Amino acid sequence: MKNQKRWVLWFFLSPVLLWLVLLIVLPQIDLLTMSFHVENDDGRMVWSFANYLTFFQEPIYWLTFVRTAVYSILVTFLTFIIALPIAFYITKVAAPKFQGFLMMLLLLPFWVSELVRVYGWMILLRESGVINHFLIKLGLLNKPVEMLYNDATMIMGLVYTSMLFMVIPIVSVLESLDNSLIEAAYDLGADMWSILVKIIIPHAIPGIVSGSIVVFMLTLGNYLTPNLMGGKNSLWFTEQIYNQFIASFNWNQGAAFGFLLLVLSSLVIWIGLKLTKQNLKKVVQ
Amino acid sequence: MQIDLAVKNVTKKFKDFIAVNNVSFEVPDGSFFSILGPSGCGKTTLLRMIAGLTEPTEGAIEIRGESMLGIAPNKRPVNLIFQHLALFPMMNVAENIAFGLRRRRENKTAIKTKVQKILERVDLAGFGQKKTDQLSGGQRQRVAIARCLVLEPTVLLLDEPLGALDLKLREQMKVELKKLQAKVGTTFVYITHDQSEALVMSDHVAVMNQGVYEQIDTPQNLYSNPKTPFVARFVGDNNSWCGRIRECQDDNAEIETDEGAVFRTKIRKPLPPGAAVDLFLRPEAMLIQPDASLSALNRFEVVVKDILFDGANSRLLAHPPNTDTELLIALPQNRQYDYIKKDDKIEIGWDAQSGVCFPHTHGKRKKSEKQEIA
Amino acid sequence: MIRTLPTSKTYNWCFKTYVILYFTFLFAPLLITCILAFNDSQFPSLPWKGFTVDWFTANLPERVGIFHDQINLDSIWVSFQVAFFVAILATTVGTLGAFLFEQEDFRFKQLLYFMMLAPLVIPGVILGISLLLFSNTLGLYFETRWNLDVELFRPGFWLVVLGQFSFIATLVTLVVAARLKKFDRTLEEAALNLGANRFEVIWHITLKFLSPAIIGAAAVAFLMSFENFNTTLFLVGHEATLPINLYLQVRDGSTPVINAISFLLIVGTSLLAMANLYFSKKEEE
Repeated sequence: MKNQKRWVLWFFLSPVLLWLVLLIVLPQIDLLTMSFHVENDDGRMVWSFANYLTFFQEPIYWLTFVRTAVYSILVTFLTFIIALPIAFYITKVAAPKFQGFLMMLLLLPFWVSELVRVYGWMILLRESGVINHFLIKLGLLNKPVEMLYNDATMIMGLVYTSMLFMVIPIVSVLESLDNSLIEAAYDLGADMWSILVKIIIPHAIPGIVSGSIVVFMLTLGNYLTPNLMGGKNSLWFTEQIYNQFIASFNWNQGAAFGFLLLVLSSLVIWIGLKLTKQNLKKVVQ
Repeated sequence: MQIDLAVKNVTKKFKDFIAVNNVSFEVPDGSFFSILGPSGCGKTTLLRMIAGLTEPTEGAIEIRGESMLGIAPNKRPVNLIFQHLALFPMMNVAENIAFGLRRRRENKTAIKTKVQKILERVDLAGFGQKKTDQLSGGQRQRVAIARCLVLEPTVLLLDEPLGALDLKLREQMKVELKKLQAKVGTTFVYITHDQSEALVMSDHVAVMNQGVYEQIDTPQNLYSNPKTPFVARFVGDNNSWCGRIRECQDDNAEIETDEGAVFRTKIRKPLPPGAAVDLFLRPEAMLIQPDASLSALNRFEVVVKDILFDGANSRLLAHPPNTDTELLIALPQNRQYDYIKKDDKIEIGWDAQSGVCFPHTHGKRKKSEKQEIA
Repeated sequence: MIRTLPTSKTYNWCFKTYVILYFTFLFAPLLITCILAFNDSQFPSLPWKGFTVDWFTANLPERVGIFHDQINLDSIWVSFQVAFFVAILATTVGTLGAFLFEQEDFRFKQLLYFMMLAPLVIPGVILGISLLLFSNTLGLYFETRWNLDVELFRPGFWLVVLGQFSFIATLVTLVVAARLKKFDRTLEEAALNLGANRFEVIWHITLKFLSPAIIGAAAVAFLMSFENFNTTLFLVGHEATLPINLYLQVRDGSTPVINAISFLLIVGTSLLAMANLYFSKKEEE
């Protein structure tokens, strides 16, 4: 019986180990070691901090890095502000018979490829786009305006792209919030604002945190939206990585950038978890 | 008589905690055997060891003389009815019952007839295609039993299967289970914390407490001749007094209670005068206002504190004057005692044969200590 | 405040307007994309020049509909194959992982669990480049050591499959584990007691119970793989997947063929999504 148990354990364990070691752990270690190597004059690889020095010495690199981080936090915050009322409406205000339908409506756009969604915005917003067409027809504009390729549009695109991952966790925590708590607070004389701050948000914290982590992560690592909707000056850090890898073919520099991005995402998530006194395991569930 | 199940000096330890401590018993073929004990007394652990879901730390379990040590649960000739029945929700009734037969690779037609037959036996003919969640509590119960009986186990284990039912259905199922066991003749080992279930259904009951057996006996003997204070308290309702021996002869003793009343009662083992004892007396052993002609009775006065009306099970809550010992006294509902009101003083009498007396054990001293302080 | 409490007219009106605006925001780009797929124009923009299905079926020198556009058809087929293998692999390993983390006990379980969660906090771009680096390192090693040229280690079909699998398996693990958590283990004991061995228990009881979650997870895995861009970008070889192929076309200018493809994607994924939703609803009942 003991032997059979061991056998069953290895049956489950070995594929999982193969997956995690070969596809996650070793590649990350390789990324780290690559980032500390440069090619010397003889064409051999030697240990060096040069890749990281380059990052700090070239303002374009670290400025992009900081911009990406700040914008990602901004996008996360905006997504939260927009998502909370929607999640609240669906779980608490809408008539129960519409809830399923609204949830389906909410989910549908996100089953469609991100590329298609970004493309949709492009044909809406560009100079020859649909919105310009209507604005001119209505006489509000004399000549078309380019609405694409600026920071505001890019941020809107990022918010749009990651919206679902904020709404769903908040919906699921709000579903577990007993309506009678809100009714009791109301009965005890609380106004809407204090109900929101004292009852709803404290209860929703786990959902908000897990939504924020996912949104932040996806925004930070996004390539498509900044690349297609952002302008020449709104470079995203993932684009820098892409340039190093594909355009300059400097893999060591790219590895250093990749590692920095990984550190940034882990750090911000860790701080977020600490500030809200949550842990990753709980948030995942 | 053949012994179907023998448990020999079985002990189970979980780290520092001893769940079952050196327990032994034998269950003869075709009997209905119950293990009765409060929750956490180790009875479920014992049952799981018999089924093979847990390995004993020490001791042996034999079924029809064959040792079960090291034999996997799926190879043992015992089946278990789980507390919440564990009917497979992904299968219909017939598939649930056929599950064990399929695992034995029996042929399809044989399985079909066996399932048909067992369904008739438990009065569920025609229910084969139903989903398990379409059944009532009692029907689910019978499916769980049929699922095990169809495998013709040597011993059927039942883990408080009536616990989840409501009161009415539970009463009904008690009778039904007993009838069913008599009909199929399989050995049943039934565990429960509900003494009434154990008393009504069983041929023999083992009372278990904190991992050890207190007494194994017929239900009648458990009730009328408890061997330990725990059994006296746990099986049926009981009143208790603390007191000291004044005089002792064979199995007759004269006792003075801590409140000063003097009673004659039988005693299990002779004790020297002055020894502290606990005296137990059933509510129905006390006669209200007994006839003066009955001379052999212990007699004393009580004040009625409250009348607890509960149909055939009605009681008086009373206490001897100037004490706070609470007594439960059976109040027969034959209208003879309708005149008794709250705060009335009445006389109570009881026969020396209906009391039972044990050397005093710790834990029940509180009442008299309180009095001493007072 | 909530549906069970009396609310003011203005409050209701404001909330409804907000929700309607939100859903407009959500669906506008998709609707426009779909509509313009049927516009009889060389460009995906207004004005409306009449209804046509040319962008699906035409095979003219100046208009090639999607059904005759070999490059796009090829990339769709590649994406299908990738998604198929990813779904199979991720579902298998993810299910084994769920069993491992829910039902087995072993040393370093916590550590392994956190390793399993890691792909959630590693941006997809990083997963892509680290796997690219690692496979390259392995490839070099095999070549210098044994003079072997292993196809698998070069960017291409199987590397894309592995890269997508590495994080999709985490999602499958979490989905299946959540369902497994709700599984009543006495059912397994009951089956064991009725004479089934461990393998039969898993096959007849546990997997039956898990099957809705596993099918759902496989569908999600398929879709995620089909749409993945970030990880794939770095691992793709000669055979471009659909998102990569569409990206290149969108970046370099657009034709209504992209709208036609988007239309098919939107319709296809919506059907799949609704089927999934329908089955999960049915399961709940």
